Amino acid sequence: MSGFEPVIGVEIHVQLSTRTKMFCGCALSFGDPPNTHTCPVCLAHPGVLPVVNAEAVRRALLIGLALGCEIAPRSIFHRKNYFYPDLPKAYQVSQFDIPICGRGEFTAIRDDGTDLVVGITRAHLEEDAAKLTHAGGRRAGAEGSVVDFNRGGTPLVEIVTEPDLRSASDAGTFLRQLRQTLLFLGVSDCSMEEGSMRADANVSIRPVGSHALGTKTELKNMNSFRFLERGIDAEIARQTQIVASGGRVRQETVHYEPETGEITPLRSKEESHAYRYFPEPDLVPVVPDPAWVDDLRHGLPELPVPMRRRMVGEMGLSAEDAEVLTGSPELAAYFMAVAGEADPKAAANWVRGELRAQLREVGEEPWESRVTPSRMAALVGLLAEGTVSVPAAKEVLAEVIATGGEPAAVVEARGLGQISDEDALRDVIADLMDANPDQAGQLRDGKEKVIGFFVGQAMKQTGGRADPKAVQRLVRAQIGGD
Amino acid sequence: MIDAKTVLHVARLARLRLSPDEQQVMREELSGILEHIDVIRAIDLDGVPPTTHVLAVENVLRADEPRPGLPRDEALREAAHVVDDAFGVPRMD
Ligand SMILES: [Zn+2]
Repeated sequence: MSGFEPVIGVEIHVQLSTRTKMFCGCALSFGDPPNTHTCPVCLAHPGVLPVVNAEAVRRALLIGLALGCEIAPRSIFHRKNYFYPDLPKAYQVSQFDIPICGRGEFTAIRDDGTDLVVGITRAHLEEDAAKLTHAGGRRAGAEGSVVDFNRGGTPLVEIVTEPDLRSASDAGTFLRQLRQTLLFLGVSDCSMEEGSMRADANVSIRPVGSHALGTKTELKNMNSFRFLERGIDAEIARQTQIVASGGRVRQETVHYEPETGEITPLRSKEESHAYRYFPEPDLVPVVPDPAWVDDLRHGLPELPVPMRRRMVGEMGLSAEDAEVLTGSPELAAYFMAVAGEADPKAAANWVRGELRAQLREVGEEPWESRVTPSRMAALVGLLAEGTVSVPAAKEVLAEVIATGGEPAAVVEARGLGQISDEDALRDVIADLMDANPDQAGQLRDGKEKVIGFFVGQAMKQTGGRADPKAVQRLVRAQIGGD
Repeated sequence: MIDAKTVLHVARLARLRLSPDEQQVMREELSGILEHIDVIRAIDLDGVPPTTHVLAVENVLRADEPRPGLPRDEALREAAHVVDDAFGVPRMD
């Protein structure tokens, strides 16, 4: 392995979750019966004219702005010509030399906390192809393939990176955080499984210290980041072996088979690179109003990577807390709302831990539960000021989840307030010592190990309402007594 | 004049089958177009942006509002083959 370094760039296709297709008013759908969302435009009937979906342009701009891309003052569409049954016009409308979003940069955070800076080459708008299913032997007598045009014409943004990545795990880190960023922007469902986010990797190797780029292969369309990482590692190993044994890497598209770990070249389509791009005469240029672009820039939500930094730097959370709490835009918004009204560290513990654990039992997510952020914050506040003990707080939480009451009212109604009144606690301890004379004797003799016994019993007696610190102190005070 | 090989290459990309006579006609016509481009190339066009559209129109956009499309029967009516409510095409795997 040593002596060579991998050079990796990725291309990501993201289906925009607009209501309609890129160039016609057909509704987007997933899982509907085949060919129920088509029209003369997306079926490429003669004489039809495409019209650009304004929302797709807006989302492409949001993506470009989030990736720090230069926004083209004027961009145009091109036709990318090739023949395939999933492409009824025999060309895909895409962008070529003037994409809507140009050079940018994305910084991700590696697991060890260091920055992973990845250059963005471009992000452009295009349309998705239809869904081609290879019928094969599954159905008796089905000789051919079948096409469902529901997906044909779905708006896509293709994001292309510079060959800045140097390992499979960096590629995975980048892709996961890019995906999260797109989710926070609300532009796409980004489901790898359903194919609304697809990633290809360009992989080459070169001698360490060299700046030239080796011959690259393209690793196609993996449906999970984990498989993509494994595929990249397998491809690096394959290329290294070829070069180390004096061979040459061929430029080709390869497929990684997760089951076997094998890399196989895909049959190269003859002359497939002659796409004969030319400007799409049916679509006029997109010239976004600079004031609109500024509005979009200022209206960008806080994105997960900067949010993680702020959680650690300003709010004192652990890197792990920050990562978990930015797991989805909904969870991040929920947590930030709680942390706005309560101690962030305590809020993080409760939201990550008890809240999610209890909600998992009833199959709810925090943001759709009865535990509104202010209720969660109120409960964290009651704990912090010592009004409730931890076990009591868990009980209050369960009650709020079930009935949606205000935590303070639940504490009141159910008598769950923490007993920190020392006289009351002293009585409890005195009763316990009377009832357990052997242990009481040991305690007076200074046997530390029975302290836990009395604290536990006192908590039990009070239904978890006693302030454990006060109990601890009062039990300890009995040492040496008579 | 472009050579016959180039004509055949372009024809193949366009999925066209040309008879020898048609190949000759295409050689002449395509060469004529390329010669015209050579004329344009000879002009000093420094600083002149390429004309991609002849209309001075920009930003023809559509609101993201769904509109009814075609009923499936109608969508499939002109299909050469229909298999399971989908367009049947030659085997592609
Ligand atoms: Zn349509």
